[in-house]
Amino acid sequence: MSPRPAMRPDEATAVLARHRDLFDESLRARALALGGPLGLFGFTIFAIWWLEMPLAQIWQGLASLAKFVALMFPPSTGGHLDLLLKAMGETLAIALLGTLIATVIAFPVSFLAARNTTPHAAIRFVVRRCLDVIRSVDALIWALVFVGVVGLGPFAGILAIAVSDTGALGKLFSEAIESADERTRESVLASGGTGFLAVRFGLLPQVLPIIAGQVLYFIESNVRSATIIGIVGAGGIGLQLSEQIRTYDFDQVAFAVIMILITVAAIDWISGKLRFAIIGRRAVA
Amino acid sequence: MPSSLPIVSQARLEVLVGDYQRVVMRRRRQSFLVLAILAVLILLAGRIGEVDLNNLVSNISNFTSYFGRIMPKLSVAHFGADVADWYWNINGWLKLLFDTILIAYLGTLIGAGGAFLISPLAAANLAPSTALRWSIKRVFEFCRTVPDLVFALMFVSAFGLGPFAGILAISIHSFGTLGKLFTEALENIDMKPVEGVRSTGGRFAEIVRFGALPQVMSTFASYTLLRFEINVRSGSVVGMVGAGGIGQDLFVAIRKFYYTDVSAILLMIIVCVAVIDLVTERVRHRLSGQEVRP
Repeated sequence: MSPRPAMRPDEATAVLARHRDLFDESLRARALALGGPLGLFGFTIFAIWWLEMPLAQIWQGLASLAKFVALMFPPSTGGHLDLLLKAMGETLAIALLGTLIATVIAFPVSFLAARNTTPHAAIRFVVRRCLDVIRSVDALIWALVFVGVVGLGPFAGILAIAVSDTGALGKLFSEAIESADERTRESVLASGGTGFLAVRFGLLPQVLPIIAGQVLYFIESNVRSATIIGIVGAGGIGLQLSEQIRTYDFDQVAFAVIMILITVAAIDWISGKLRFAIIGRRAVA
Repeated sequence: MPSSLPIVSQARLEVLVGDYQRVVMRRRRQSFLVLAILAVLILLAGRIGEVDLNNLVSNISNFTSYFGRIMPKLSVAHFGADVADWYWNINGWLKLLFDTILIAYLGTLIGAGGAFLISPLAAANLAPSTALRWSIKRVFEFCRTVPDLVFALMFVSAFGLGPFAGILAISIHSFGTLGKLFTEALENIDMKPVEGVRSTGGRFAEIVRFGALPQVMSTFASYTLLRFEINVRSGSVVGMVGAGGIGQDLFVAIRKFYYTDVSAILLMIIVCVAVIDLVTERVRHRLSGQEVRP
């Protein structure tokens, strides 16, 4: 192979002239790459100024935070292990029942919100907006509302999780239905099946594994959210946690946090195994 | 009707049908078992969770009438005045809502920045040390498992009431979740550029900067935007424990039964979250359009 002749300067200018737009584009990208971080930085400074951060108190705060952490060791049950265990059980029950109720409500609703199964585009639009509104209100706010309806206790927490997750699950389910392969449904219809049979044998076998995976994932993440709704009195370990933090019993806080960590890790592990069994490794990743 | 398919003999047919029914029966037994376990779990959870359907049925009217009560009294005749009455504190609430967005912004920025710096040390394909990698993963897990409100409560005790506690709590939680997501994104990259940089003698920082980051930056940005969306929502509740933002006013309004205030603040939060959803969704779609990965 003969070596390539070196490019003469006038050729280089010609090449540059021919591909001017490429270089210009990169200049613009460079300006963006510089301007983006600068904008972020400027907005950060503005935000710190606007929120009137107590920069002077930070050191003092860090010192008291260090004191809290020192108080956490050794973790102790404070003599009411049974109470904590009961609260943890409540948390698990809230997560499980809340998610299941949400699933039962969201499943039929999602057919109305999916493009390929909705009876009318207008219905789809209205249902979607309702799901969006439900979703944008945090579970904790629903918990506050339900404490007012059914009184203090885990039942309010179950209802709060059920309502707030109906929004999220309805959206996810309808997306799963929309991404299903249409051909199996058409083949059921072509062989004389009714619309119901087409959904039962053409659509459900495709979406059920996806839905099951998502439900498991939500049970998992709801164990995390169920730990906090106790702060407003809706059952679960959050009540104990917030009381202990307010009374500076940090050794008990540490114990409760360790309990949450272990439980969540265990639930993660179990639901990971189950998801693997249902949809296989590829879909999990 | 002439057919090119061979007719299955009766004996063979019986074998096939028998096999089919056995498979179906086995699957039915499995589903039945799963349903039975689920039923037991539901009953158990119902007992522990103090489910009381009578209570719900007798009080459900409270729930529906609640929405009636929080509705503002608007009339066509004095529409402007009614709206002004409903949003009597619009300036104060707008400021608090803006505070909430800024809390979410700063929290996301700090969390994402930390996760960005640390995640290469936690990715299996880049990490220089296994022990370090393992401990960083545990730190991520801790940060995302402990609820942000618990952090917020502790920080309120340490730093006093105000947005600083909320920002710290949100940033720690974001650090945990984004750290996990960033690490997973890094673990899925194409290793060829990384090997290229390594073969020319690049050190860890150079490998990450020139081999890994160009492949994942748009994914990182998209995850961060998604997190910002979520954080605006959680920013609206950290105020409930006194950590700044609009949550404080909402909490007071719900607890003290200032019904129309509840609907006014909720409507503001919903609209704000919807607008941010829309904007970030646009940006995220554009980002995922310029994925450099094959």
